[in-house]
Amino acid sequence: MKVLVMVKQVPDTATNIQIRSDGQGIIEDGIKWVINPYDEFAIEEALRIREKLGGEIVVIALGPKRVDEAIRQALAMGADRAVVVESSETLDLAQVAHALARVAQNEGFDLILTGKQAVDDDSAQIGPMVAARLSLPQVSIVIHLDIDVEHKRLRAERELEGATEIVELPYPAVLTAQRGLNEPRYPTLPNIMKAKKKEVKRVSFESLGIDTLPRIRLIQLTPPSERPEPTILTADPVETVKTLVELLHEQAKVI
Amino acid sequence: MSQGVFVIFDQNQGQVRHVVLEVLTMARQLELGSVTTLTFGANASQTLKVLGEYGADQAIFWDQEPFTRYSSDGFADAIAHVVPHVNPAVILFPASAWGKDLSPRVADLIGAGLATDCLSLRVSTDNRVTAVRPIYAGKALAEVAIETPVQMFSIRPNIHKAIPDPKTPTVLDLAPVVSPDSFQSVVTERKEAQTGVQELTEADIIVSGGRGMKAPENFKLLDELATVLGAAVGSSRPVADEGWVPHSYHIGQTGKVVSPTVYFAVGISGAIQHLAGISGSKYIVAINNDAEAPIFKVANYGIVGDLFQVLPLLTEEIRALKANN
Ligand SMILES: Cc1cc2nc3c(=O)[nH]c(=O)nc-3n(C[C@H](O)[C@H](O)[C@H](O)COP(=O)(O)OP(=O)(O)OC[C@H]3O[C@@H](n4cnc5c(N)ncnc54)[C@H](O)[C@@H]3O)c2cc1C
Repeated sequence: MKVLVMVKQVPDTATNIQIRSDGQGIIEDGIKWVINPYDEFAIEEALRIREKLGGEIVVIALGPKRVDEAIRQALAMGADRAVVVESSETLDLAQVAHALARVAQNEGFDLILTGKQAVDDDSAQIGPMVAARLSLPQVSIVIHLDIDVEHKRLRAERELEGATEIVELPYPAVLTAQRGLNEPRYPTLPNIMKAKKKEVKRVSFESLGIDTLPRIRLIQLTPPSERPEPTILTADPVETVKTLVELLHEQAKVI
Repeated sequence: MSQGVFVIFDQNQGQVRHVVLEVLTMARQLELGSVTTLTFGANASQTLKVLGEYGADQAIFWDQEPFTRYSSDGFADAIAHVVPHVNPAVILFPASAWGKDLSPRVADLIGAGLATDCLSLRVSTDNRVTAVRPIYAGKALAEVAIETPVQMFSIRPNIHKAIPDPKTPTVLDLAPVVSPDSFQSVVTERKEAQTGVQELTEADIIVSGGRGMKAPENFKLLDELATVLGAAVGSSRPVADEGWVPHSYHIGQTGKVVSPTVYFAVGISGAIQHLAGISGSKYIVAINNDAEAPIFKVANYGIVGDLFQVLPLLTEEIRALKANN
C-alpha cells in the first residue's frame, strides 16, 4: 500500500488568538506551530497500515518555511519521505486542494489520508475537495477502517450526530480521520534522528501550474463578543443553589 | 441570471433535523427569490408538509434507487448536474456530518466557493451574500464573501431561530442524472447511539462534567440533573479520554463545538481548548471548588463549592421549581 498523508501546520490549540489591526489575519509572533491534531490520527493510521500490509508513506504539506518542522515530526513518527509545496502567500482552499491533488497525482497512491478538519480555519473541506478533484470516492470523519487487499475495498465507520454509519468503497480513495480512529504515537529518539536523513522533496506552488482562482474572500476577522461580568456565588451550598436557580429562572429566564 | 436559494439536506423516514428548519428560515430571510429544496431517500416526499410550513416554494425529491443509500460521490455528481437547472444564486447545506461530507465535494465539482459552518448570512449587493463563521473554534470570527457566481454556505445548527411561514410548495419533477461510475462509496449500515441521548450540537441545555467529577460512576449525578432539565450530557476531553464517558461527549476545540442556551460546566477548569468549544453558549454556569478556575472568567453565573454537595441540591431545587410551574 502506498499511502499519502496530507498534513497541515496550525497554531497549537493553547494559543491565545490575536487579530492583526488590519483584520486580515492573526498575529503570528510567538505562536507555537504544531501538526493539526486530526492529521496526527491520519499519520498514525498510515503507520498501522504499513505495519500490517507493508508499503510506503509519503507526507505532503503546503505552506511557508516553518512547515518543515511539522514535516520532520511526521517523519519522526515514522513516515518514509515528504513532499512540501512551498508557498509564502495565503492560498484559497480550492487552490490548496488542487495543488495537493496535483502532487498526489504525480506521486501515485493507493490511499490518501488527512484530518477531518484543520483546527485553524475549521473548514473541513480539503479531504472531500481533493477526492472530487481526483474523481475518487471519499469517507470523512472516519473512526474505524478495515482494508480488504484482495478485493481492493475499504470498510470505514464514520461518526454522525448520535449515530455512526458503515461505508463501503473501492480504493484508491480519500479518507479523513476523526479522534477515536487510533492513539497517535510519540516519536522515539532514534526515530527523530533517522527522520533527519529522510528525503524531503520541495516543489513551488507556481511550478504545479494550478490556475484555480480564489473562491473565498476574507473581509475581516473580529474577536468574539465579550462575555458579560459574571455573578459568582460563594455562600453555603443550600443558599447558593437557591440563588442560582432564582437567577436562571427570573433573570435569565432559561429554566 | 442565477437567483433564488437552493437548500439541500438529508432526511430519515420523512423526518428532518431541526437545523433544516433553521436553514429554510435563513433561506427565506435572504429574500433572493424562490427557495427550492432537494432531499433524498425513502419517504423523502413525506417532508413536503414541514417544508411547506417553513416556506419552501419548490421541492425536489429523489426517493428512488440508488438514492436510498447515501453515497458522497453519487449524490455530489447528481447534485452537480441539477444545479444548472435550478440555477440558484445561493446553495445552503446544514453543517451536519452529512452536509460537511457532501458540500465541499459539490463545491469543487461546480467550481463554487463554500464557507463552512456559518453563523449568519447577510445580503450585500446584487445577490451577493457575506457570511460570518467561527475560526480557531470560535476564538475569532471571520466575515467572508464568496467570489464565484454560485455561492455556497453550510449553516451551523442551533444558532438561527426556525420561524414558520406556511406555503404550498410545488413539487418539481427533475430526474437525477446518475453516471455509471458514481455511487462507489455507499453507506451499508447505520448504528444509532443509545436512544434518548440528545445530540450535543443541537441541545438547548447541556450539563457537562470534567475531571472534578473524580470517577465515572459520579456521572450519574450529572445524568440526574440532565433529566430534570431535559438536557444533554457532555464532558471535557480528559474525561472522555479516560473512558469515563463515550468519545461523543467530548466538547472543545478538538471535540464538539456547542451553542446551547445554557451550558453547565461542572468540575471543569476552563482550559482554552475547552472554552473554544463552548463560547457560543448564551449562558455559562460554572460549578467549581476553585475560585481561581478560569471557567469563572467566562461564566454568567458561578457557584464556588463542592460539586458533590451542589449537584444533588441543584437537581432537587430545579425539580421543585418545575413541579410548581
Ligand atoms: C492538542 C490539545 C487539544 C485539546 N482539546 C481539548 C478539547 O477539545 N476539550 C477539552 O476539554 N480539553 C482539551 N484539551 C485538554 C485541556 O488542555 C485541559 O487539559 C482539559 O480541558 C482539562 O479538563 P478538566 O477541566 O476536566 O480537568 P482539570 O483541568 O483537571 O479541571 C478539573 C476541575 O475540577 C475542579 N474540581 C475538582 N474537584 C472538585 C469538586 N469536588 N467540586 C467542584 N470542582 C472540583 C478543579 O478545581 C478543576 O478546576 C486539549 C489539550 C491539547 C494539548
